[in-house]
Amino acid sequence: MPEAPLPTTAATAPMLEAIGVSRVFDVSRPWLQRVLAREGRLGLRAVDTVSFAIPRASTLSLVGESGCGKSTIARLSVGLLAPSGGEIRFEGQSLSVARAQAALRRRMNMIFQDPFASLNPRWRVRDIVAEPLRAFGLVHGTAERTARVAALLAQVGLAPSDGDRYPHEFSGGQRQRISIARALASEPEFLVCDEPTSALDVSVQAQILNLMRDLQERLGLTFLFISHNLAVVRHMSDRLGVMYLGRIVEIGPAETVFRTPRHPYTRLLLEAIPDLAMVGRARTPVGGEVPSPIDPPSGCAFHPRCKLANARCREEKPEQVAAGDVLVACHAVAEGRA
Amino acid sequence: MPLLDVRDLTVEFPTRRGTLRALDGVSLALEPGEVLGVVGESGAGKSLTGTAIIGLLAPPGRIAGGQILLDGTRIDTLPEEAMRRLRGRRIGAIFQDPLTTLNPLLPIGRQLTETIRTHLSLSAAEARERAVHWLDEVGIPAASRRIDAYPHEFSGGQRQRVVIALALCAEPQVVIADEPTTALDVSVQAQIITLLKRLTREHGTAVMLITHDMGVIAETADRVAVMYAGRIAELGPVAEVVRQPAHPYTKGLMGSIPSLEHRVARLAQIDGAMPRLDAIPRGCAFHPRCPLAFDRCRTERPEMMPAGPTVAACWRTAAQPAQAMRAADA
Repeated sequence: MPEAPLPTTAATAPMLEAIGVSRVFDVSRPWLQRVLAREGRLGLRAVDTVSFAIPRASTLSLVGESGCGKSTIARLSVGLLAPSGGEIRFEGQSLSVARAQAALRRRMNMIFQDPFASLNPRWRVRDIVAEPLRAFGLVHGTAERTARVAALLAQVGLAPSDGDRYPHEFSGGQRQRISIARALASEPEFLVCDEPTSALDVSVQAQILNLMRDLQERLGLTFLFISHNLAVVRHMSDRLGVMYLGRIVEIGPAETVFRTPRHPYTRLLLEAIPDLAMVGRARTPVGGEVPSPIDPPSGCAFHPRCKLANARCREEKPEQVAAGDVLVACHAVAEGRA
Repeated sequence: MPLLDVRDLTVEFPTRRGTLRALDGVSLALEPGEVLGVVGESGAGKSLTGTAIIGLLAPPGRIAGGQILLDGTRIDTLPEEAMRRLRGRRIGAIFQDPLTTLNPLLPIGRQLTETIRTHLSLSAAEARERAVHWLDEVGIPAASRRIDAYPHEFSGGQRQRVVIALALCAEPQVVIADEPTTALDVSVQAQIITLLKRLTREHGTAVMLITHDMGVIAETADRVAVMYAGRIAELGPVAEVVRQPAHPYTKGLMGSIPSLEHRVARLAQIDGAMPRLDAIPRGCAFHPRCPLAFDRCRTERPEMMPAGPTVAACWRTAAQPAQAMRAADA
């Protein structure tokens, strides 16, 4: 359902709200080559008029295959990228305004995918974790800082003595714990997690997912969770958005989307994932691959792979319509053909 | 007699700080036409097992013990030239990244015909015809036109199809597929798995499917070997290993995989991490993380023992399977 306009007070506004957000990247060739080939500039619409809201202390997950724009949304949501169109609001305030205030900025943070690339190899762990404390001037004096770092490390299941070591001395799972400790240092309320476990083995992934759920419960955190792994998403989310080529094709309560997927692409994804329950069962995979976002298909971007596609799907971009308590961008669903 | 028989395979890496034993007494067999899954976490030795079988261990790694038999003949002691002829002809390989497997400077047709003519005595025209046939088999549209295209002109999924054609075009008896779908998106992954399953069934090819994704194994393999710290922890029919695992590690691994079918409050969690090769514990390598470990596990290494429908290297399940499982459930 289209969300009713909310009064923009901090108490009632969603933690984060995206209103018709787009982001275009310039992927043109260099000027000289462009002139010689008589080409214009080329824009890649990585995110195309995306809207969502994340209520306080809940988790919204975005899933999709490579190139669907989910990581771009992660970056937009913490202000690492500016939207080309639309607006992102943090507690009812425009993100560009909120980012200018340190007091608001420290309340959001991000956990990245690769714990090998996101920690400075030349810094000791205690300095990595203390960086946000220093940046926001949250502690005064060495003793207070040491105590705070020790508490943060303990919170993610590491020993205070681990602070003296360097990142390379830790395994992938432990490094992701360090990333989480750093992300929590400024006592944020909103965390963007971009594929936080996709570089980890499953048994370690389970440890990190359990830790994140525990921390959410204990600290009342709000998560924007980005993943390509639907099973992980099912485990973590309250609400779920499915993305395809820069657009959200279906969004709603996670349980509803998993139990009764409406959009043909959501069905394809759920169908395609190998699962332990699939022992001995055969499947009929859907053909085709994700098209290039530089030259997306006309109309509904999914129509070349969709069994339900008709002339309208090839020409007209579907808008989101309410189907029960989920929003679905599909002509077939809107017309009652699916 | 099994088609491929790996007996007590041990692989070592001599380093300045001593010899690391990366595979320690791995035994498995592959029957004709069967899909054997090999799962494990990073560093468990699953890829190394595949590399050792096709004779592509990177120095200083070396086979320090055991035997590898193909159709009853030892292949681990073959000279390099004989091994090179055998690779591709009798054992094919599919690797994770199709971009690095294919030569970017040669049209795919050239790479296919080269492989075909190296292993089979065919004329250039016949080899080209066969290449088109295989591209068609793996589902490349308009194969006769696209045979002269370069790898970069194909999408990721199509490239992996070409790699599969390359692995199967000389009709090997065994294919080692090491993470064949890991670099692909899920919807494409399903297509590739279905293709691999269909082709190997039609041609009676045995497949050793190495992956960290238990879901892929559950859906594709007939039997599965679970590896931990350079050894096989459990081996058995895939349904039994998934539904009633005997080894506590397998049980923990299955519990830690989030399910699509239902949501649990908490995932089962195996605390700690797999030991490094230079610090493999005495006795059972899993004992420091095992909720069921007792004295014997800390001192004596368990060998593979029947544990119900599967075989497992575990003192607990070997001794009292039913009781051990109840304890693990509690």
